[in-house]
Amino acid sequence: MNSLELAWRIKRHGVEMTYLSGGSHIGSILSMADILAVLYEDILNFDNTNPKMDSRDRFILSKGHAGAGVYAALAEKGFFEVQALKTHYANGSKLSGHVSHKGIPGVELSTGSLGHGISVGVGMALVAKKDDKKHRVFVVMGDGECDEGSVWEAAMFANHFKLDNLVAIVDHNKMQSIDFCENTMSLAPFAEKWQAFGWQVKEIDGHNHEELKNALAVSEGKPSKPTIIIANTIKGKGISFMENNILWHYRAPQGEEYTAAVKELEAQKP
Amino acid sequence: MRDTFVKTLIELAKNDRNVELIVGDLGFGVLKPFWEQLPKQFTNAGIAEQNMTSVAAGMALEGKTVFIYSIGNFPTLRCLEQIRNDCAYHHANVKIVCVGGGFVYGPLGMSHHATEDLSILRALPDVTVLAPCDAMEAQCATRAIYQHDGTCYLRLGRGGEQRIHDRIDDFQIGKAIKIKEGEKVVFFTTGGIIDEAMEAIALLKEQGYDVALYSFPTVKPIDRAVIEQCAGQYDLIVTIEEHNIVGGFGSAVCEVLAELDGNRATILRIGLNDLYSSIVGSQKYLRDYYGMSAIKIVEKVFNALKRKAV
Repeated sequence: MNSLELAWRIKRHGVEMTYLSGGSHIGSILSMADILAVLYEDILNFDNTNPKMDSRDRFILSKGHAGAGVYAALAEKGFFEVQALKTHYANGSKLSGHVSHKGIPGVELSTGSLGHGISVGVGMALVAKKDDKKHRVFVVMGDGECDEGSVWEAAMFANHFKLDNLVAIVDHNKMQSIDFCENTMSLAPFAEKWQAFGWQVKEIDGHNHEELKNALAVSEGKPSKPTIIIANTIKGKGISFMENNILWHYRAPQGEEYTAAVKELEAQKP
Repeated sequence: MRDTFVKTLIELAKNDRNVELIVGDLGFGVLKPFWEQLPKQFTNAGIAEQNMTSVAAGMALEGKTVFIYSIGNFPTLRCLEQIRNDCAYHHANVKIVCVGGGFVYGPLGMSHHATEDLSILRALPDVTVLAPCDAMEAQCATRAIYQHDGTCYLRLGRGGEQRIHDRIDDFQIGKAIKIKEGEKVVFFTTGGIIDEAMEAIALLKEQGYDVALYSFPTVKPIDRAVIEQCAGQYDLIVTIEEHNIVGGFGSAVCEVLAELDGNRATILRIGLNDLYSSIVGSQKYLRDYYGMSAIKIVEKVFNALKRKAV
């Protein structure tokens, strides 16, 4: 499997999981599927038979509402049975709508309330520094999530302690819960904000796997700074009627919508 | 109490390099010995308690035992969700230490009155809640939460508390400590307000009442066995806490009592009567103003005994 195939599978699972469960956030799952796929296929060091391996890279999904995407990636990478994905949202299931670590190998942190993941990642990165360990810590955040003040507390802290082993990725799909980010709480100038906070900023096309691989690779010359990758994405990417449509932050594909979504995805199969 | 905590923590940290201390830019003068002696195990997270708490969770998930330190409501209410989601739910070894439980910072105003922390922290599953009454209990409690696996809350006074215990032989989380036996009436206290309880007991003694006393350094899990035993042995249980009357230590005792069958002691809860203080004053002054001083305790006990007699 390569990252393009994994991305496609994450999207396909995501659509099916939200269809079966009536679950929300398919737009958000689709916008970060490429980021997840490149991470799990080409970047993260992990062992699916030993999820707590000390030298593993840490991955935190801070925008926990897109947890179905992480479950899909983990299942495809052999952490647990793909079949289990069908229990997402179901009565008695461990696969909660917002990503959970309990009983799910490969998940480092349960999230769902925004603005927590980056701080926990900062703590993990700080320990790696203190104990002279070489793994890196990756955190995927939403752009709307950056409304949370705690994100900027973490941003200051990571810069102050020169956590160059920390890589945050913003899934910058420009939309949040009920409107576009710029109509809700202006983030601009977004890259400059992170620069002003002392981070190394890389701005890329978050659906271009080559750009993702380059940006996520260890930075040349190790700049002694944390890295933020602003991944420009499209909410609902890959399904025409979901793209850039705020409706699909919450709506689950139903009936003909599901059929149409699957048809579009099948046509894109790598 | 505060200084004893710091001294004990330094001992623990010297013997275990995985002990970390993070402060929310507080502890000037008090924690200096720690950061001077153990700079590699010390972090000042700045004035940012939400991040501090989650950072502590992240460090704990990597194998550290992390003490986070601040005053009043800052390490609890400001970052409550970080405690709930990142620390407690992940069973993270984060030990939240608050200096200034109750009216310790009385003159500083309501922002610095920590009077709902016990009830709020107690409501969180997988959070162990301790409020020692003196330096000896503080020392034992610090060691106990270090040993204890999971998230803990330690509520401290600032200093100057009476010495209650010369020694504690078998300190255990979840166990109350008997200070003295008595007849008919027993006081249950948590934290430094035991000073007022002791004074009240002396005043009641002059009136011919011999009141028993237990200190509860652990609020959660509450010592069910002692409550059950005292409910049978005494006529009146009086809970005394420097905290809101809703949901705190007295409520925890009531929860046990209310489920007991048969004849049992009645209960009188003494604490802050569900309000914020918009006046300021010394800890002593505010305790009296809000009905928790020795004199006010005595009055309330007499009233309760009169009601019982009727």
